[in-house]
Amino acid sequence: MELIAEFFRDLRATTGLNFTIFYDPFDAARFWRAFLLTCELAALSVLLSVAIGIVGAFAQGSRIRPLAWLVNGYVAFFRNTPPLVQMYFFFFALGAITPTVPDDIGMEVPLVSNFAWALVALSLFAGAFNVEIFRSGIEAVPRSTIEATEALGYSRLGAYRHVVLPLAFRVCLPALNNNLVNLVKTTTLAYAIGVPEMLYVANQIWSDALNVTEMMNVLLLLYIALVSLLVWLMHCWERAMRMPGYGA
Amino acid sequence: MRDPARGEAPLVSIRDAHKRFGDVEVLKGVSLEVAKGEAICIIGPSGSGKSTLLRCINALVPLDAGTITVSGIEVTDPKLDKIVLRRRVGMVFQQYNLFPHRTALQNVMMAPVHVLRQDRREVEQRARELLRKVRLEGKEGAYPGELSGGQQQRVAIARSLCMQPEVMLFDEVTAALDPETVKEVLVTIRELAEEGMTCLLVTHEMGFAREVADHVYFTDRGVIVEHAPPAELFSAPRDPRTREFLGRIL
Ligand SMILES: Nc1ncnc2c1ncn2[C@@H]1O[C@H](COP(=O)(O)OP(=O)(O)O)[C@@H](O)[C@H]1O
Ligand SMILES: [Mg+2]
Repeated sequence: MELIAEFFRDLRATTGLNFTIFYDPFDAARFWRAFLLTCELAALSVLLSVAIGIVGAFAQGSRIRPLAWLVNGYVAFFRNTPPLVQMYFFFFALGAITPTVPDDIGMEVPLVSNFAWALVALSLFAGAFNVEIFRSGIEAVPRSTIEATEALGYSRLGAYRHVVLPLAFRVCLPALNNNLVNLVKTTTLAYAIGVPEMLYVANQIWSDALNVTEMMNVLLLLYIALVSLLVWLMHCWERAMRMPGYGA
Repeated sequence: MRDPARGEAPLVSIRDAHKRFGDVEVLKGVSLEVAKGEAICIIGPSGSGKSTLLRCINALVPLDAGTITVSGIEVTDPKLDKIVLRRRVGMVFQQYNLFPHRTALQNVMMAPVHVLRQDRREVEQRARELLRKVRLEGKEGAYPGELSGGQQQRVAIARSLCMQPEVMLFDEVTAALDPETVKEVLVTIRELAEEGMTCLLVTHEMGFAREVADHVYFTDRGVIVEHAPPAELFSAPRDPRTREFLGRIL
C-alpha cells in the first residue's frame, strides 16, 4: 500500500499528474466508499429491474385485464420519459410527501434515503424495458410447447416458471444484456439527487484537488471495468444456459 | 356401448360434441365411447376435426355443446379442475413438444414433481424405468436437440406416462418422423396398448391401425361417418366416403 502511495506521490512530483485517491487517505476513503456505493446501486438495480421484468411480463399476459393494463401503462410511462426527470420526480415529488423519522441524535431524517429513491427510480426505469424484453422472449416460445405444459397439467404460473421463462431468457439475453449495461451507466444519474456515488464524489475531489483530467480517466476506467464485469457474468450465465443440440 | 358384455361404464365417453371456430363448424355432433383397456383409432382426411376432438378430451379446447366424461370426470363442467383431469389423460403430439432446455430424464420427471408434487427420488426411479421401457436407456442425460425425431417422440411418450394416466391420446405422433423411425415409435405404442393402456390414436398408419385398434372410427368434416372393428372397416367399408378415403391412402 505504502509503495503505491509512494509511486503516486513521485508521479505528482515528476509529472504533475495528481491522483490524490491513491496517496491521500481522506480522498482514498471517500472515493472507494463511493465506488462501493456505485457497485451496490448497480447490482441492486440490476436485480430489482430483472425481477420487475419477470413479474411484469407475466402480469402483462394475465387474463385479468386491469392488471395487464396497469403493466402497459407503467411500461409506456417509464419508457417514454427521461430517466433524469423520473429521478427528480421520485426524489422531489414523492420524497416531499413521505414521512420523516428521528435518527439517533434526534434529527428528522427522511424515511426513504436518497440512495433508496435512486434505487427505486433506476429499477423502475430499467424494469420497464425489461418487461418489453421478456415479452419478446415469451412471444418466441412456440404455442405448441405451451400446449404441452397445459396437457401435463401445469398452471399458467407453473408453466411460466419452469418452461416459458427459461426458454424466453435464452432468446432475449442479448437485449437484456444491452439494457443492463445501460442501467449500470445510468446509475450516474443518482448524482442529481445527491447520492454520494462515484461521479458525485469524483466531482468533490476534483473541485478540491483540481485534478479533473486524472479523475475523469479513473472514472472512465472504473466504469469500463464494471460494465465488463457485468458482460462477463452475463456471458457465463448464457453459457450455463446453453441447450445442447440447438446451435450456438 | 358396442361391447355390452363388459358391462362397465366406458372410460371415455363423448356425446354429441359440437365445436366451431368462427364460421367453421369443426365438430358437428360426434359421439364415441372407449372402454377401459381398449385402443381405438380415428382416421380421416386432414381438417376433419380429429385433433380438435382429442384436444377437447383433455380440455385444451372447450366444447360448444355436448358432453365428455373421462373416468367419471365431467370435462364440460364449468367448475372442472383441469389438473385432476390432465393427470389422468396423457397426450402426445405430432411435434413431440419436448422442453429443449431439459434433458430427457428431466423432461420425464418435471410434471410429476412440479404439478403432482411427488417425491423427486420416487419420480426419478419411475422416469428411469419408463425411459428403459421406451428403449432409451443411456439417453437420460441427452437434450432433446441431441436426439432423433423417433427418440424425442419416445421421450414424449415416457413423459406422458410418468404422470400415470388412465388414458393416452396420440395425435399423429408418427407424421413428422422419418420412415425408419416410425416403426420404433409404433412398437412402443403397440406394447402400451397390449399392456392394457386405454389409447385413442389419430393416425395415418393404416397397417398399424388394423393391427392395434379394437375399433376404428372414420371421420370426415366433423362427423363420424362410420365405425367398426378394423377387419370390418378396412375390408368392407360401407360408406362411399370411407371407400374413397381408403382407396386414396392404401
Ligand atoms: N384454434 C383454432 N382456431 C381456428 N381454427 C381451428 C383451430 N384449430 C383447428 N381449426 C380448424 O379446424 C379444422 C379442423 O382441424 P383439426 O382438428 O386440426 O383437423 P385434423 O386434425 O383432422 O386435421 C381445420 O379447418 C382447422 O383449420
Ligand atoms: Mg390433426
